Amino acid sequence: MAEFKHRNIIALRDLTREDMELLLATAENMREINSRDIKKVPTLRGKTIVNLFYEASTRTRTSFEIAAKRLSADTVNISPSTSSATKGETLADTALNLLAMKPDIIVMRHAVSGAHYHLAQKVTCSVVNAGDGAHEHPSQGLLDLLTIRDRFGRLDGLKVAIVGDITHSRVARSDIQGLTKMGSHIYLAGPPTMMPPAVEKLGNVTVCATMREAIQDADVVIMLRIQQERQGKTLMPNAREYSRYFGLNPENLKLAKPGAMVMHPGPINRGVEMSSYVVNGSQSHVLKQVENGVAVRMAMLYHVCGGELV
Amino acid sequence: MNLLIKNGRVIDPSQGLDEIADVLVEAGLVKEIGKNLKAPAGVETVDAAGKYVVPGLVDMHVHLRDPGLEYKEDIVSGTRAAAAGGFTSLACMPNTKPAIDNKAVVSYIINKATTDGFCNVFPVGCITYGMGGERMAEMGELKEAGCVAVSDDGRPVANAELMRRALEYARGIGILVISHAEDLALVGEGVMNEGFTSTELGLKGIPRVAEDIATARDVMLAEYTNSPLHIAHVSTKGSVRIIREAKARGVKVTCETAPHYFTLTDDAVRGYDTNAKMNPPLREADDVAAVKEGLRDGTIDCIATDHAPHHLDEKDVEFNAALNGIIGLETSLPLSLKLVGDGILTINQLIEKMSCNPSKILGISRGSLRVGGVADVTVIDPAAEWTVETEKLVSKSRNTPFAGWKMKGAAACTIRGGAVVFSR
Ligand SMILES: [Zn+2]
Repeated sequence: MAEFKHRNIIALRDLTREDMELLLATAENMREINSRDIKKVPTLRGKTIVNLFYEASTRTRTSFEIAAKRLSADTVNISPSTSSATKGETLADTALNLLAMKPDIIVMRHAVSGAHYHLAQKVTCSVVNAGDGAHEHPSQGLLDLLTIRDRFGRLDGLKVAIVGDITHSRVARSDIQGLTKMGSHIYLAGPPTMMPPAVEKLGNVTVCATMREAIQDADVVIMLRIQQERQGKTLMPNAREYSRYFGLNPENLKLAKPGAMVMHPGPINRGVEMSSYVVNGSQSHVLKQVENGVAVRMAMLYHVCGGELV
Repeated sequence: MNLLIKNGRVIDPSQGLDEIADVLVEAGLVKEIGKNLKAPAGVETVDAAGKYVVPGLVDMHVHLRDPGLEYKEDIVSGTRAAAAGGFTSLACMPNTKPAIDNKAVVSYIINKATTDGFCNVFPVGCITYGMGGERMAEMGELKEAGCVAVSDDGRPVANAELMRRALEYARGIGILVISHAEDLALVGEGVMNEGFTSTELGLKGIPRVAEDIATARDVMLAEYTNSPLHIAHVSTKGSVRIIREAKARGVKVTCETAPHYFTLTDDAVRGYDTNAKMNPPLREADDVAAVKEGLRDGTIDCIATDHAPHHLDEKDVEFNAALNGIIGLETSLPLSLKLVGDGILTINQLIEKMSCNPSKILGISRGSLRVGGVADVTVIDPAAEWTVETEKLVSKSRNTPFAGWKMKGAAACTIRGGAVVFSR
């Protein structure tokens, strides 16, 4: 098997197609472990993993924790309150204190884009990004890649629509970086208030004027979460109007290819981004995404630890 | 203090001078400029062969951090850095602690600079008390105490009516208003220029129109009130265009830019480098081109540094948490000389923008080598090659995006009031 050369996984932008192929192949092996009766292997026995979550996220944190435990690593969860972080101790100080306890990996979520690069300069252990600001969410990107590849057996030549708040979405950025490197074409739709400038330059990306245009003949439709608390009052009139123009329902889903996949990073605002008929429908792969999340995170932890079997 | 500066290329745009000559300094004043001047007994000589001898450089936009934030910079360290960069005069911005909104602070700065400083310091007072944007500061008293301009630099005067009145009132006092042109609602939580780089890095963007709209507003207020206005640190193509058009209409508007705005683009932010975080933010290639064109065609009158020292702890953090600003006094001259090398400005035009024009705009009697005037002189070695090593910088702070850059050109000797305050 090829060798994974990165000590940290901070952004899919930093990974090559080969790096991602390797992580996906490993994730498929890990998935086999997850289907056993006893879902545990000794691979990372004796390794310590710190989950450092500056932003609350039950799903991602739990998924990383389960991934670590299935590989027999010891995990510690730390959730510094944002208020204590602003009261003096810097991220670097926190990191150095943690480092003194000799962890092997720090899995971090942080509200500031690029915070992980700052952290990685300060620590000698591996850094895995569980989401940074509006920059990247590489484990989500990889689990999306895996889920799509499960369905189609490939990632190249697919039409993938991503709909919603692209500007604030780290999921969108990781999906764009990952999918376009693998040969997919991305079509973006959303209110222009949520479309960042020059986003086409990120790769094989087309910005569409309407949601219809983006999902027409799509193989995959990825709906993004609208964070209403983050929108302020200026990005859209209200959730009702948003759902009317940018919500996925059984009617407009018919524009996509028959049997097209529907995905969402969760948690879903039912009735806003997607109607419940779509969420619960046969084309929804939302729960498969969650399932694949554990396998992908196992693969990430395994490879940043040097990929050595104990 | 007597001094003979020999055989330099004497360039003084204020009197149309550009020739190989000697400059004789006596009692702190320029005594004579001419060929083969004889040094009276006991006069020190400076060999300026192969070098430019120019009116002392004037930086009209510097943050000295004194009083109140001396851990970043103080009047002694800041003026020493200025002298090392070839500056003999600087104007210091009022966002100190307390702010420069009363004559006690003005007197403190002038006294400390006079006794301990390495160059002349001309304080800029506040437009509004405490830069609070609510009530006009006592501009008359500030001017009397020694302020050469007023500005709430770092913060825009958000209230257009107050800005209008400030311009009118300042005109009556005879003091210049310097605008920090920024619309805060459009800036929002932005931390870098809004563009492809902010999209890729996932950082909140500051749109160019946040600067353009504020520049347009203040230019229109200056036009309406027939008052002089100076726009600080112009960084966008929109601002350059608005100012160019206003000047053509006869509006009394002047402006400055800083070396980083014609040297770097927002690509410098990649890697989340907090030393590329500043306000206004680094823009894109077409803005850089417009700034250069503005310098070339005279729309932009001055090159200032916006020297903004910050402690390591304020920069060595995640990007959003880092403070805005970079130091600039020691890198301004070589970065600006590059404009001459690139054929955008003649050396004479460059000296205008770095000495004559800021002096004229601030109304200080500098920026000239006229006989009988104060002998503030900078000897520039255009061929000096050096590398920016942060540990060797004279400023107390190290926040520069130019660390490790190879530079060409440096101050060989800085003379303030006839006394050598720096030589290398
Ligand atoms: Zn300013």
